[in-house]
Amino acid sequence: MDLVTPAIGLVFWTVLIFLILLVLLGKFAWKPILNAVKERTDSIREALSSAEKAKEEMAKLQADNEVILKEARIERDKIIKEARDLKDQTIAEAKNQAKAESDAIIASAKAAIENEKRAAINEIKDQVAKLSVEIAEKILAKELSDKDNQKALIEDLLNKTNIN
Amino acid sequence: MKRVFAFLSVLFFAFALIASEEHPADNHTTNQEKEFDPTEVIMHHISDAHDWHLFDLTNKETGELKPVSIPLPVILLHDGNLDIFMSSEFHHGHSNVKKGDKEYTLYHKKIYLAEHGELQFDEHQHPTNAMPLDFSITKNVASLLICAVLLLLIFIPMAKMYKKGKGIPRGIQGFLEPIVLFVVEDIAKPNIGEHKYKRFLPYLLTVFFFIWFNNMLGLIPIFPGGANLTGNIAVTFTLAFFTMVITNVNGNRNYWSHIFNTPGVPWWLKYPIPLMPFVELVGVLAKPFALMIRLFANITAGHIIVLSLVSLIFIFKTVWISPAAIFFVLFMDVLELLVALLQAYIFTLLSALFIGLAVQEHH
Repeated sequence: MDLVTPAIGLVFWTVLIFLILLVLLGKFAWKPILNAVKERTDSIREALSSAEKAKEEMAKLQADNEVILKEARIERDKIIKEARDLKDQTIAEAKNQAKAESDAIIASAKAAIENEKRAAINEIKDQVAKLSVEIAEKILAKELSDKDNQKALIEDLLNKTNIN
Repeated sequence: MKRVFAFLSVLFFAFALIASEEHPADNHTTNQEKEFDPTEVIMHHISDAHDWHLFDLTNKETGELKPVSIPLPVILLHDGNLDIFMSSEFHHGHSNVKKGDKEYTLYHKKIYLAEHGELQFDEHQHPTNAMPLDFSITKNVASLLICAVLLLLIFIPMAKMYKKGKGIPRGIQGFLEPIVLFVVEDIAKPNIGEHKYKRFLPYLLTVFFFIWFNNMLGLIPIFPGGANLTGNIAVTFTLAFFTMVITNVNGNRNYWSHIFNTPGVPWWLKYPIPLMPFVELVGVLAKPFALMIRLFANITAGHIIVLSLVSLIFIFKTVWISPAAIFFVLFMDVLELLVALLQAYIFTLLSALFIGLAVQEHH
């Protein structure tokens, strides 16, 4: 059976050529190819990890921004509130002050009016008294010339006085 | 798939038996009425030859068939003498070649030393003449050289492209790189182990692409393809031998202790009669032997079935059978493309597995 008997010549050439091929391919093909592939794998891995890192950084930054923004918003609200309070307070104070002032003015005006009124009444009283005295003098001067008249007058005055 | 090829390899051995029995009856008569013998044609195609047969020319006057082939160098070593000449000097076995005081004759693709220009035969019609050591560049050696050059021309420029292209795969790189990485990541790494696989990568990659490319070259019916190289026992023997050497040279203490002092078996299997060591040593040889036979039988069976289907046309002596023959041959060729890759994969995978078993640490 020739087919299953290895021919020495072909074995020899196969060994020789295969070993040469192994050395040449090993040195000039497999080594550079596998090195290049490894390098590429490493660089891809590195790029991926750095991208991941950048993404994380970005997320962190975004979170920071959010916090800052939130704080700013709170600050703004606080400032606005403060301002509003201040305004309200100022207005209230002004109102109170104005009221107090106006009250004082009104009170003093009332007092002045009262005084004036009293003075005027007193003056009127004086005038009335004076006029009354003058009239009385004149009437008396005229009436008292007659004794009857004097008596009647006195009685009349007395009556009137009692009624009063 | 496997079963089909197991069947085919059995078929092939049947062919081989028939062929060897028919040798004596067949002598170089140029009888044009000779019956078409598919066995002879197929055996001619799947075995090695000293020339690369291209086609036959019919002599219009005599009706004789004249083979046209590429002559290859014949290198013979006998009694310390080296004789080199072209195979065309044999005139396809019709004439002897005289070199000094020696006369060589070509009989059934084998070179014998002819005594007085004649061959002596024994009762089984086998020549009894002495044979020189034949280191000729045969058809298979030539095919081997072509494939080696092809591999170098593909992979060395591919490796250089990595330097230029900054690692971005282009062209042939895109096709071959995944296959290279498949051998590395899916054959070598899981079978040999994370820490040790790198040392064996050059061998595994070379053997994978060597077998694959040779398998595919063998499927091309015309020159420079068509040689049944990976279906030749000498080639598969050599490759399996390499795997055996690498496995045993790299075998660690654990590996050898497993062979000579197999753990987990009763002591009386090891002493006084070393039964288990004997079985384990048979295993050491059986593993590469299986590698050798598997590749040889699968590829040879593929060649035989394709040639048998083509032969149908000549057996039935009608052109009307050709559509069916062509359909089946096409089917087989496509299947063989798969087998070419599959056998390269299996050989590499099993080599990696054997190496992995030899270098693995004790768990």
